[in-house]
Amino acid sequence: MKLNKASLFALIAVLELASDTEQQLSTTDIADRHGISTHHLAKVMRNLVHEGLVQAVRGAGGGYRFSGNVKRTTLLDVIQLFETLESELDVPNHWDQKGNQIITELQSITNEIDELTKAVLDTITLATVLKNSQRRSAVMAALSTTTA
Amino acid sequence: MHQHALLSLKSNNIDILDKDMKENISIRDAIASDLDAVISLDQWAPMEEKSTYWSDVFDHYVRRDKNDRLFLVAESNNRVVGFIIGEVRAWEFGSPPCGWVFALAVSPNNRQMGIGEQMFEEISKRLKQSGVTTVRTMVDRDDKLTLSFFRSLGLCTGKYIELEKQID
Repeated sequence: MKLNKASLFALIAVLELASDTEQQLSTTDIADRHGISTHHLAKVMRNLVHEGLVQAVRGAGGGYRFSGNVKRTTLLDVIQLFETLESELDVPNHWDQKGNQIITELQSITNEIDELTKAVLDTITLATVLKNSQRRSAVMAALSTTTA
Repeated sequence: MHQHALLSLKSNNIDILDKDMKENISIRDAIASDLDAVISLDQWAPMEEKSTYWSDVFDHYVRRDKNDRLFLVAESNNRVVGFIIGEVRAWEFGSPPCGWVFALAVSPNNRQMGIGEQMFEEISKRLKQSGVTTVRTMVDRDDKLTLSFFRSLGLCTGKYIELEKQID
């Protein structure tokens, strides 16, 4: 599986905002924090607002705020706003796909893989990602203290 | 029986609760007189099969005193509001000894209080005391909420893959 840039930027932005649902951050704040393109992120943010996952706050000190449910929104909920996660076989156009049972079988296998991928992504909530990331940071901090 | 998972976390019991409520919950070993309460918490087994099914489970996990078979209940105000069942299994599917959780339920009126999490922590502790370092479960792929619950507790896809087919 390869996530496209829009999905990845959306996950970063949503997780950043969901880590503190009271905070408001601008596109530049998020882009600078993660070293990503402001221009590309701005397009992603518009999409997230349109889908109701984040809310645009206007005026001085405005920005974006997370407006979804941290414990119910899954990684797949975010990713599927930007891509379908369907594997494609790069079959030459002139092949008769319907009559080719090998192609049909290969498509069935890629479908099985896609379903497993989605099943995993659809059960990991933003809250779980944030909790695991914080746990990972704590372990790293403890390790660096020990080795210092 | 072991494959009959009863992971009836059908709604919002994955939320962390408030400490006060958490303190009112106690987790203890199931006793024979818990049978009726457990049957009423089971939302999965067909009504006509519940009594036989649960009597068998109690025979196996409550009445026979074995350290590697665990049947715990969560109690609030002297009332059973949840249960969890698990055991150590060794060498099935070629797996070294490992803890399995195959049933977990929380009363619909007592969800979002962290009871599922408390029961899971307790059974994991007991399984570890029995000498295993891994705990496993199996959940329907479409049961997103239960999967999310276990994910939130740190469980992830294991090294065994479940395979099945329709028999012609």
